[in-house]
Amino acid sequence: MPVNSGLAALSDHFLGATMVVYALAMLGYAAEFAFGRFGRTSGAPAVEPVMSSPSSAGAARLTASERVPAMAGAGLGAAERSGEVDGGVDGGGVDGGGQGGPGAMTDPAAALAAAMAGDSEHPPGPAGVRWIGRIAVALTALGWLAQVGSVTARGFAAHRVPWGNMYEFSSMITLVAVSTYLVMLARTRARVRWLGVFVMFPVVLYLGFAGTVLYVAVGPLVPALNSYWLKIHVAAAIVASGVFMLSAVTTVLYLLKDRWENQLAAVAAGRAGASAAMRKRGGIMMRLPTAAVLDRITYRVIGLAFPIWTFAVIAGAIWAEAAWGRYWGWDPKETWSFITWVIYAAYLHARATAGWKGNRAAAISLLGFSALFVDYYLVNLVISGLHSYAGVN
Amino acid sequence: MSQPTAPTTVPDDVRAQASPPPSQASGGPDAAALDAVGPDVRGAGPVRGLGSARRVSARWGPGRWGPARWVIVRIRRLWHQLTSMRTALLLLFLLALAAVPGSLLPQRSLNPLKVEQYFRDHPSLAPALDRVSAFNVFGAPWFAAIYLLLFISLIGCLSARVRWHARALVGRPPRAPARPSRLTGGQTWDTALTPPEAIEAARVVLRRRRFRLAVAAEGATRPDGSPDFSVAAEKGYLRETGNLIFHIALVLMLVGVGLGSWFGYQGTVLVITGDGFANTLVSYDQFSRGRLVDPAGGLAPFSLTMEKFTASYQPTGQPADFRATVAYASGLREPTRVAEIRVNHPLAIGSAKIYLIGHGYAPHFVLRDAAGGVVWEGYQPCTPRDAMFTSTCTLKIGDTGLAPTGPTREPRQLAFSGVFTPTTELDRARGYVSTYPAANAPGLTLTGYVGNLHINEGIPQNVYSLDTRDMRQLRLNGPLGDDRAAQVLALNNPKQRTVTGLPGGMSLEADGVREFATFQTKSDPFKGWVLVAAIAIICGLLVSMRVRRRRVWVRARPAAGTGVGTGADAHAAAATIVEIGGLSRSDIDGFAAELRAIALDARAAMETDPRLVDSNKQEL
Ligand code: HEM
Repeated sequence: MPVNSGLAALSDHFLGATMVVYALAMLGYAAEFAFGRFGRTSGAPAVEPVMSSPSSAGAARLTASERVPAMAGAGLGAAERSGEVDGGVDGGGVDGGGQGGPGAMTDPAAALAAAMAGDSEHPPGPAGVRWIGRIAVALTALGWLAQVGSVTARGFAAHRVPWGNMYEFSSMITLVAVSTYLVMLARTRARVRWLGVFVMFPVVLYLGFAGTVLYVAVGPLVPALNSYWLKIHVAAAIVASGVFMLSAVTTVLYLLKDRWENQLAAVAAGRAGASAAMRKRGGIMMRLPTAAVLDRITYRVIGLAFPIWTFAVIAGAIWAEAAWGRYWGWDPKETWSFITWVIYAAYLHARATAGWKGNRAAAISLLGFSALFVDYYLVNLVISGLHSYAGVN
Repeated sequence: MSQPTAPTTVPDDVRAQASPPPSQASGGPDAAALDAVGPDVRGAGPVRGLGSARRVSARWGPGRWGPARWVIVRIRRLWHQLTSMRTALLLLFLLALAAVPGSLLPQRSLNPLKVEQYFRDHPSLAPALDRVSAFNVFGAPWFAAIYLLLFISLIGCLSARVRWHARALVGRPPRAPARPSRLTGGQTWDTALTPPEAIEAARVVLRRRRFRLAVAAEGATRPDGSPDFSVAAEKGYLRETGNLIFHIALVLMLVGVGLGSWFGYQGTVLVITGDGFANTLVSYDQFSRGRLVDPAGGLAPFSLTMEKFTASYQPTGQPADFRATVAYASGLREPTRVAEIRVNHPLAIGSAKIYLIGHGYAPHFVLRDAAGGVVWEGYQPCTPRDAMFTSTCTLKIGDTGLAPTGPTREPRQLAFSGVFTPTTELDRARGYVSTYPAANAPGLTLTGYVGNLHINEGIPQNVYSLDTRDMRQLRLNGPLGDDRAAQVLALNNPKQRTVTGLPGGMSLEADGVREFATFQTKSDPFKGWVLVAAIAIICGLLVSMRVRRRRVWVRARPAAGTGVGTGADAHAAAATIVEIGGLSRSDIDGFAAELRAIALDARAAMETDPRLVDSNKQEL
């Protein structure tokens, strides 16, 4: 069937619009994030609770620790030690927890949402800044619609699923990442807005890369890809990758926040003085949830993506069996999918043994994402194999 | 299953069972919390799992039992080390690392030509790499060593974990710690109920939430002698079940892959339209089989004939679709069926699958003697060498009927080498070329030889290559004129498809062409097994990632100054202090919320005094 060039052009226009709107949303999130609490933190050194035992924090603890910055000026924050403060914090936790009702609270999604919510329902900060955040969310939704339009138009233009080459994969992966973020926003009633800038930044970069370097005109599939397993296997791989991408973002945030907390600990212990940079950046760092929470978010997100990735690899093996007569042949693409799988499995193990939480687990998470990157880009562009469907010359 | 590296301060019972011991490597998330719980938790109850190995090695020390026991102890220690999570982690990383060169260097199993090229490009490096199996990474002994170690380790720890889990499934949740409220998220309140009543109310609340329960027996006492009023609750056993299914399925999958390579076989065969083959060793042009395949009776007894081959191309010559229409019988006495084999759509017969992996052209040749009698005729497949199916043909005719010559009685055999072009056009620069892959204007450029082919000397020869050592090139008469080294035949034109002037007045006609297809038969009888294992892997994974294991403890004690029992003073306010607490290793946030909800329910339940309800009933 011939390519519908009108729809193809429409798809390209939509993608352009998506990029512009996403970039604006990113700026909005950045503005809200950066200016959110400057009115309060100016002057006072940003001091925050130091978790001696980060992993023992409960949800109640989260709300409490996020409340602490408000108290930081009064000098309470640095004194907190998990053991001593537990009781006091719990009282607050009980009040807060009553509202949700047991049903809602045992829902894993709600639990995740609770873990991710950096603050109560009303993020403090000047009203104007909050409005910027809301506009950024609206822009994200608008950009999402435009991207759905772009992907759909491309699918109809080529009369097939719109994930047949690298440009299309990349667009789909960012779409999954943004969709996941939007779902999280809806579930938490916008309490994860702080994550916005960190999601939109790589998304915009990635889309820019896809739209320029990887771009190919709409065309039919190469015959080897013409199978319904394409829909299943590649779709699963795309969803898993989009979610893994989110986990890489939270891992990087974890590392930043963890360093910050260590510096704070040093300051609190009198081993170091608060540097000017710490004073200045404190407002931003404090907007992030604690390192322990970020660590747990990463675990949850990888826990979500890992079974999907497992399914994608198995579906790929079934397809390979149908097409080439063997389900596994250590083709470079297969090899790197396997490496990615093994590294993320190692991450889950590392997390299960408590000794490997934190930095070392974060390192494995980033290693896993690097392997995924090699799998998607280097294998297609540099190493050639049976899966040479990149569509890039 | 001791973990020598783990700090031994890990509190026992609670944590040792919060999940299977191998995962409890070191100071876990709850270590700090448990430190606050009170002395009861530690050292109470039998030391399970992890602890037992330590005791074993103490009992079997070298001093008491001599060197033999000492060796056993070392081996046991090695075994525990191998089956520890840390080792598994290390081996997992090693496996990932070991796979990397397999994707960067050319591999023999994937592309032998590239390996040869690599040897030419790196003459000094390549042999060194070859010695460490770098061109066959996935068959290398060191690669096998890593995954075998990993799976031995996995099997070792699995057997222990299955036993622990079975015990946990039939056993009771571990006893409540002394001060549950000191666990993160724990709470304390007081109630007018007596301690047994409070515990009963808590039990009902927990039961409603489908926890598995263990209420301290009536009259049970705590280590300090005071009466024990407590209930222990646990939920989410399915997590460990799913986890075990996942790991066991992983082992089964590897076993299936291994058995598949032992009991599987693979053969390639070229079939010209109208011909067929039977699934026997001799029918195949190439055949390889696993160690345990019986070549006589082990192959599925099918036979297959290709009735038609259809190829279609896009105007540019790009392939659009290929399909072979075949008639097959899956056994000697089975009826004949018709099927189509396409790329991506193999034909399954029993445990074997037949794939279409290639196709090409086979011109038909007829060799006639001077009188016009047919000496030899047959189809000769030609090897395609470009996308337009320009193909190389080699025709060897051993039995020509020509008398041998010379004192050594050299045979006079004939050979022709040619280039077949399905859509033939004359290009000024390159001569006769093919411009489209379909046989629209089939042409054949031929050269001929006479002499000794050396074909009947017991040395196997490649049918697609010609040894012209002892042959003389012929001068041919044909469409291009007389006495030429090469002739070009047009297969569709009866006037332009014969060469004459061969020795003995013979002539060769190329009077038609058929398509051939290359089929690959593959049998892997354990494919289904591997698939089932893969599905189990996903199911186990989903269950174990979704379900959360958690424990809740409620403990009641009489408030200071009040006696326990049924006396009237027990009705006074604040007769009992109730504590609640719990642990969840896998879901700290969600659990905190759940625990709050349970505490709310329990508090509410303890505000209604069951005895008041009872007395109301009595009044009625
Ligand atoms: C000696 C070998 C192994 C041991 C002792 C072991 C042990 C464990 C344990 C105890 C858990 C549970 C963690 C938790 O409670 O959250 C776990 C989870 C997991 N293991 Fe293993 N494992 C081994 C080998 C492997 C291998 C070879 C793989 C695959 C590459 C693997 C993949 C996983 C995955 C993906 C999980 C997380 C999903 C789940 O909780 O089921 N394991 N492993």
